[in-house]
Amino acid sequence: MKLTKEELDRFGEEMDAIRRRVLDDLGEEDAAYIRNVVKTQRAFEVAGRALFYLPPAWPLAVASLSISKILDNMEIGHNVMHGQYDWMGDPALSSRMYEWDNVCPSEQWKYSHNYIHHTYTNILGKDRDIGYGILRMDEDQPWHPYYLGNPVYAFLLMVFFEWGVAMHDLEVENIVAGRRKMSENKALHAGIMRKVKRQALKDYVLFPALTGPLFPMTLAGNATANLVRNIWAFNIIFCGHFPAGVATFSQEECEDESRGQWYYRQLLGSANITGGKLFHLMTGNLSHQIEHHLFPDLPARRYPEIAIEVREICERYGLAYNTGPLRKQLGSVAAKICRLALPDRRRTTSDAPVAAEPVAA
Amino acid sequence: MTLTQIGGRVLRSRAVAALTSPHGVDRYLEQINPMWAAHEVRARVVSVAREVDVAGHPPVATLTLQPTSTWRGHRAGQHVQLGVEIDGARRTTRVFSVSSPESRTGDRITITLRANPGGRVSRFLVERAEPGTVVHLTQAQGDFVLPDRVPEHVLMISGGSGITPVMSMLRTLQRRTHRGRITFLHYAQSPEHQIFATELDEVRRSGHGIDVHLLHPELGDPNLSPAFLERLVPGYRDVPTWACGPAPMIEAVRAAYDGSDALRLEYFKPPRTGSGAAGGELVFERSGRTATNTGASLLEQAEAAGLTPEFGCRMGICFSCTSRKTEGTVRNVLTGAESSLPDEDIQICVNAPVGDCAIEL
Ligand SMILES: Cc1cc2nc3c(=O)[nH]c(=O)nc-3n(C[C@H](O)[C@H](O)[C@H](O)COP(=O)(O)OP(=O)(O)OC[C@H]3O[C@@H](n4cnc5c(N)ncnc54)[C@H](O)[C@@H]3O)c2cc1C
Ligand code: FES
Repeated sequence: MKLTKEELDRFGEEMDAIRRRVLDDLGEEDAAYIRNVVKTQRAFEVAGRALFYLPPAWPLAVASLSISKILDNMEIGHNVMHGQYDWMGDPALSSRMYEWDNVCPSEQWKYSHNYIHHTYTNILGKDRDIGYGILRMDEDQPWHPYYLGNPVYAFLLMVFFEWGVAMHDLEVENIVAGRRKMSENKALHAGIMRKVKRQALKDYVLFPALTGPLFPMTLAGNATANLVRNIWAFNIIFCGHFPAGVATFSQEECEDESRGQWYYRQLLGSANITGGKLFHLMTGNLSHQIEHHLFPDLPARRYPEIAIEVREICERYGLAYNTGPLRKQLGSVAAKICRLALPDRRRTTSDAPVAAEPVAA
Repeated sequence: MTLTQIGGRVLRSRAVAALTSPHGVDRYLEQINPMWAAHEVRARVVSVAREVDVAGHPPVATLTLQPTSTWRGHRAGQHVQLGVEIDGARRTTRVFSVSSPESRTGDRITITLRANPGGRVSRFLVERAEPGTVVHLTQAQGDFVLPDRVPEHVLMISGGSGITPVMSMLRTLQRRTHRGRITFLHYAQSPEHQIFATELDEVRRSGHGIDVHLLHPELGDPNLSPAFLERLVPGYRDVPTWACGPAPMIEAVRAAYDGSDALRLEYFKPPRTGSGAAGGELVFERSGRTATNTGASLLEQAEAAGLTPEFGCRMGICFSCTSRKTEGTVRNVLTGAESSLPDEDIQICVNAPVGDCAIEL
């Protein structure tokens, strides 16, 4: 680690101070913001469903519905389920109750994402989001001929992302490895099937049927909207954790972590994407993955303002703050997926995990 | 069947549920008009009228509410959970009795309440709510109600704002042109503090078998005692009685009825008598605080220890205070029932520890 224990403690206190200040300041504007996003999402959803009745407007319908699903899953679903709006006391925006427009039941996602991934972020062998049990995303995952298919698996995971996320909780890789029993999946399996049925009924049977003779067009449109959301979400999320320079950690490093060390790991284990306001909204502000990992339960609309302070703090402590435009982060992730498909050539030079240099913004 | 009823049927159908999955139809209707709902109950404030306004004392007001068509009506004596969005953001819920006569689907209702000093919801409703403000309701709840066949003679005893449920009963019986005898006994601080003064005065003068007694012990009227009750209603212990009021009054009534099952009570606050046994150690596990058990409810003891657990009704109605007790015995202050199960979810507002106890707070 680069920082001394004292420095880490001070670093942690500075982060805690940001968190406290924002928590004390939450109020009407944050509430109005999220309600406005919900209203927008519902409007796009209704418009999308309605436009399927006008065959020439098919691309518009698909676009509307895609936007609806992206907003629902990212700026609303992901953030609400993190409890970012629990302070509002509104059951419609409560992490305990929210269910998203996605085949993965929110209850399971909250466990694998909020708990496993956010607690054990980028700890190899603990954070199951490193490669999702399918991909090789880190040099420290031992190579195996199976990983020759890395780019293909990544492509498939992208296309079927919502299904990947739903299956993620079944920990298939652990079953194959004999670390988990099939029977442990029974209840999970039932939950997933219930949600899948509901999602499929609405997108692939009822709404297409309601458009009568246009059934195939509507069905194809709904499938396309789901696909667009899958591709978008996959890319944003992969850019948040896997561009070059993002650090991973060993389980030993993270034993008895202090608050400061926890923040430090969250900071170095995430990467941001630069862009405009609309772009941030469409990513659910996961373009501020660093701030999200530092403060997962603060309303995401606050991340841009927090980011200024976080960067300033990072500069003072000489810590890397990994950010860059979408195409650069995407390129970096794609390169990593391909490079790690092959066995390591030399394991000394580039990308030694923690020694990341700040990436120019 | 009216058009609204047919509309309601359709909106509550399984088909609509499937189409609006996972959010549900109310999440769409509310975006168009907060007074449209298929399942939830909300209400628009029609008017706010001051009942009592004595300088230096908290004012009392009656709010007339127009519920959504989902309101299924109430039986005289029942209460609702009412939630308001304070500063447009934080929904806060408290319990109030309906003060208007029994209602049917979609009927207007009133609630009458005192603006407690420091009371979040009551002050908002009395001082800041205005016509058009939308509040959240539950369906009517509670079994402090008149039986379907009203006995020949009924006695109603109330004090302060505890008049509301019995006022609903009195108004209901009047509207039904009840032929039997009603004795209505109410305690207030002074004639200026009298809620519903004009109406009660009219009832008293019109006779029709209703005896209204408005008493002000602070000004020399007799306190509630067995002797006084016996003088007013000979053989009162066998007369079906409904009583509601502040704790000291309720205690006096209970003592006077000496376990008679003619007495029915409504509590606005948990009774003091049923508390747990003082002594032993209380451990608040999440915050790491400890306290010596005073025998008061876990909620009060947690607040005394500087914690701020969530609460709504403080009366075992709303479940918002539910927390996990990991160890120890608790006594339900309403029923007297004790439970020693480990890892049990309990309502901390109506459970008091008996000896050592550990709770996840
Ligand atoms: C079945 C039922 C029916 C009722 N019907 C009526 C009715 O018809 N009319 C009516 O006026 N009331 C009624 N009540 C009582 C009413 O629900 C309470 O008085 C409620 O607290 C009023 O809301 P509030 O906003 O004043 O509450 P709160 O904000 O809870 O404040 C109430 C009081 O508690 C104190 N308090 C608040 N928070 C804390 C804390 N953390 N620690 C210590 N003290 C605190 C406040 O200072 C205040 O004096 C009823 C109650 C029940 C259970
Ligand atoms: S506060 Fe309502 S049940 Fe405890």
